[in-house]
Amino acid sequence: MKPAPFVHHSPRTLDETVATLGEVGHDGKVLAGGQSLIPVLNMRLAQPAHLVDINRVDGLDAVTVADDFVRVGATVRHAALERNDDAYAVLPLLRQALRNVAHPAIRNRGTTVGSIAHADASGEMPSIAVLTNAVMEVVGPRGRREVAATDFFEGPLQTVLEADELLEAVRFGRFTPGTRTAFLESARRHGDYALAGVAVAVDVSGDGGDAVVERARAAYVSVTDVPVVIDLSEAVAGQSISSTWDAVEDLVQSGIAPEADIHASSDYRRMLAAELTRRALATAVKEA
Amino acid sequence: MTTRQFGAPVKRKEDPRLVTGNGRYVDDLGHDAWEAAFVRSPHAHARIVDIDVDGAVDVDGVIAVFTHEDLDGPAGDRLPLLIPHPSIEAGRTGYALAKDEVNHVGEAIVMVVARDRYIAEDAAQRIVVTYEFLTPVVGIATSRDGSDLVHDDAPGNVAAHLLQEVGNVEPAMAAAPHTLTLDLEIERSACMPMEGKGVHAHWDSDEQRMRIHSSTQTSTGVRAAVAAKLELPLAQVECIAPDVGGGFGVKIMHPWPEEVLVPWAARRLDHDVKWTEDRREHFTSSAHERGQLQKVTVGFDDDGRLLALDVKFWHDNGAYLPYGVIVPIITATQLLGPYKPQNYRVEFWSMYTNTVLVTPYRGAGRPQGCYAMERTMDAIAAELGIDRAEVRSRNFIQPEEMPYDQGLLFQDGRPLKYDSGDFPASLAKLKALVGWDDFAAYKKEAEAQGRKVGLGIGCYVEGTGVGPYEGGHVHVETSGRVNVATGLTTQGQGHQTILAQIVADELGVSIDDVHVTTGDTRRMPYAVGTFASRGAVMSGNAVALAARAVRAKALRIAADALEVSEDDLQIEDGTISVKGAPNASIALSTVAVMSNPLRYAFDESAKAATQFAGAFDPDKPPVADDDEPGLEGKDFYSPTQATFANGMHAAIVETDPVTAEIRILRYCVIHDCGTVVNPMIVEGQVHGGVAQGIGGALYERMVYDESGQLLNASFMDFLMPYASEVPHIETDHLETPSPLNPLGIKGAGEAGTIPVTAVIASAIEDAEGFPIRSMPISPTELWDLRRQHAHAGASPTSQTSTTEESA
Ligand SMILES: Cc1cc2nc3c(=O)[nH]c(=O)nc-3n(C[C@H](O)[C@H](O)[C@H](O)COP(=O)(O)OP(=O)(O)OC[C@H]3O[C@@H](n4cnc5c(N)ncnc54)[C@H](O)[C@@H]3O)c2cc1C
Repeated sequence: MKPAPFVHHSPRTLDETVATLGEVGHDGKVLAGGQSLIPVLNMRLAQPAHLVDINRVDGLDAVTVADDFVRVGATVRHAALERNDDAYAVLPLLRQALRNVAHPAIRNRGTTVGSIAHADASGEMPSIAVLTNAVMEVVGPRGRREVAATDFFEGPLQTVLEADELLEAVRFGRFTPGTRTAFLESARRHGDYALAGVAVAVDVSGDGGDAVVERARAAYVSVTDVPVVIDLSEAVAGQSISSTWDAVEDLVQSGIAPEADIHASSDYRRMLAAELTRRALATAVKEA
Repeated sequence: MTTRQFGAPVKRKEDPRLVTGNGRYVDDLGHDAWEAAFVRSPHAHARIVDIDVDGAVDVDGVIAVFTHEDLDGPAGDRLPLLIPHPSIEAGRTGYALAKDEVNHVGEAIVMVVARDRYIAEDAAQRIVVTYEFLTPVVGIATSRDGSDLVHDDAPGNVAAHLLQEVGNVEPAMAAAPHTLTLDLEIERSACMPMEGKGVHAHWDSDEQRMRIHSSTQTSTGVRAAVAAKLELPLAQVECIAPDVGGGFGVKIMHPWPEEVLVPWAARRLDHDVKWTEDRREHFTSSAHERGQLQKVTVGFDDDGRLLALDVKFWHDNGAYLPYGVIVPIITATQLLGPYKPQNYRVEFWSMYTNTVLVTPYRGAGRPQGCYAMERTMDAIAAELGIDRAEVRSRNFIQPEEMPYDQGLLFQDGRPLKYDSGDFPASLAKLKALVGWDDFAAYKKEAEAQGRKVGLGIGCYVEGTGVGPYEGGHVHVETSGRVNVATGLTTQGQGHQTILAQIVADELGVSIDDVHVTTGDTRRMPYAVGTFASRGAVMSGNAVALAARAVRAKALRIAADALEVSEDDLQIEDGTISVKGAPNASIALSTVAVMSNPLRYAFDESAKAATQFAGAFDPDKPPVADDDEPGLEGKDFYSPTQATFANGMHAAIVETDPVTAEIRILRYCVIHDCGTVVNPMIVEGQVHGGVAQGIGGALYERMVYDESGQLLNASFMDFLMPYASEVPHIETDHLETPSPLNPLGIKGAGEAGTIPVTAVIASAIEDAEGFPIRSMPISPTELWDLRRQHAHAGASPTSQTSTTEESA
């Protein structure tokens, strides 16, 4: 398990990075935290001739909290974002989800933007990107462009990114004040990729026990090809926050298409997705 | 006074070195060595039509490329069948490099030696092997069907078939008031040591000597095997097991192909060569264990007492049979646990499949046997409506019946005769620890809250410390340093500590002065290896006997010097003194000087042993006819039979009523391994064993598809439990010393693993109310079972067991 030979590029500036990516084109790969790419190289499942290592590029490691969004640069580690109190204060869902991404050692190296660029349907952060209406900041030899999260993912491990493009940052959209969120998943072992996972955002009106749901949306992990948002409002709007949430079942089931693998059947994942949705809704409305 | 070390929770001597990164593993050796990589079969069953290595030899940095054709002499012959047994009908082993045919994915075909491993892998990737596909035989059911064969000359895919019977099962079964039949299944798992295998070979062409470092559980075994394969005199081969990062059984198998090929290539190329196994190789070219299908028929009376037990099982031995039938023999014999079956018949078929071979993994066949027996005990309890612990206790062998002969032959070819044990006392302790009698109330309360909880139990007896022998060598230097050597190898268990404890007590020296070497054939060429929970029993007793010989000699010399009787002497803190007269004393180091008459004084202390230094009897030679120079002792411990440890575990699990996720709330262990040398180390062994057992019960499996591809050959998909999956383990001990060895020790290494699968199955069954007949079990499977039982409606036990009242 040793990688095939490759040329390692270590640009220091964004311009240099873009130029290098332009040169190596389809023979190259961006190397961020390496937590997904390095195993693939070691098993020789991919043999790129060039690695463009962005870890030493200036200015990519910033987390910026603005009125409408939390902007996360390409080399911000999962762990740094998870621990960022300013980001948590305005968008608790980031930390709620990041806690479930692998284990601390992997979060210390792996990047949130990298995991979105990697677009694994069982990654947590792509689903957070779509639920928050994130905007992808893409840069490449042909200039800059911005892509909405819902347009970004094309299939498992496939995005609209061209081989010579860098995902420079992701702007996670902030919810309106009062939106309550929760993230829940079930994995075979603590920190594994989830069998199924769900992020929910719920708007509630009224106070205490009398509060009712206005709107609820959910995004899923491991049960769809690309991260999608399912609007549950139709099933739950007007319901008390102490509802059993049983009404979401049909909406969830029609919005997901889980595949079976060696860890769980498709039916099991369907059951799990619906049950986790109910539990996440219950958790979210409690966390006020 | 020297505090007694034996029995104390002495901190491990090896840990400061190991936890500060100063361990020395095979891959830490040989920075200048050339490295090997292998082309391994991507197919489970195929004929090799052609091997084209042209693309590889041109790669810069490649030294050599070898195929089977290059292997000369015995190196090209089949690898040995290590443990012949009369039940083996078709014993097939592979070659170091495949010849003509491959029988599992991962089998080595071409060896590439290059300047480093990267280059070796680059070159290996360019080698083109052309195959003609044969039908792969995967899974026991397909193998048993026998329409396709793994080996053309192994009809029905049967490697071995064995039937043993004690008593007369047929009439007893016919006469039994109740009978039950259970069809059981248990999946494969594997040892997965943190360090894979590894070999480094140094050939000294001037001296014609081969030095091998191998990450092995038996350096004497590897040494002998390599000498034979390379046609070298044994005296010119040495093998050392340096620090080894875990073994758990897979490294007792030998010689692995690489253990032959790396030394062979080192000699051929006259250069150091090494190979470090990577994880993917470990998954597909080392060994697995556990996979069995079992059919148990049991006859019992109205009180749940066994009248007859009839067990048939099919054991998946993988593609080859180099380790013989040790695993199924252990299943067949150790299945009986602490119980008296009255009449017992067991028959097994060891089956070939086109999968990685099967050799012992911690527990070695016992987890399967314990699972069969304990599932049966629970089924009897359910059938009669009797408490599960009660049914077990009614079938226990009683302490006054010890020694108890089960009437079978054990894995060492000797009688399955339990030497000691107090099963009722163990059960009482377990029930107290887990709160057995209070559980019903707890369960009721939990159910009222919509929770599902279950209590499970499992009992086992483990034959440990099997022969043939192990040796100890103890040498006191003139500095007072005590060197201890045993040939048995160590993989992190704490041998350096417990052997030092034993020697420190026997000799009366500080444990800090005792230095233990294991697994080095230069220091102790006669040894067997580390397996079957035998380290403490075998080497512990051997070094004790060797230390006693040293003590006797020291006392003799001291008695002479102090002009007192030996009986009046004691040794404490490295000083020999007259009891009651502490001023009349002599240091053990001085005795070491005196024990070796010298011509030359190499240092101050040595002067005392030189020829003009003192008075001597001119009529006697400096070394008496029946004596040897030096304060040394060597002895061997060779038992007549295994010593039988035992234990009982209980667990409380909770299953999620909706998602069927399984959580272990409590895990309790009662453990009896005779006299305990170091309770902290035993506890650690039990914890590690339980952790591996939980892996086997709830997480690990080898997922082969029908073409023989292992779908989960990485730690991403082979789910070894993390610390987060292993619950706190509560333990309590019982010490019934073994009457068989001087120290009263029984083995403890494998104990923790054995009953876990049975215990977890029992607990889940209790929580769910339907039988669990296949393990391991995952949430998705439990959820499927719930749906099946919900559909089936009534009679939850009817699924796989049948009950009939005899007329
Ligand atoms: C044992 C283990 C468990 C894991 N469990 C989980 C889990 O539960 N959930 C989860 O979400 N992830 C998990 N991961 C993956 C981890 O989160 C990765 O860190 C993440 O998926 C990729 O981020 P990275 O920075 O390591 O990217 P890399 O590995 O460096 O790159 C991954 C891919 O994305 C591309 N890429 C990376 N950054 C960019 C960029 N800025 N622009 C364009 N392309 C880019 C690379 O070229 C490559 O193709 C696990 C990893 C391991 C090793």
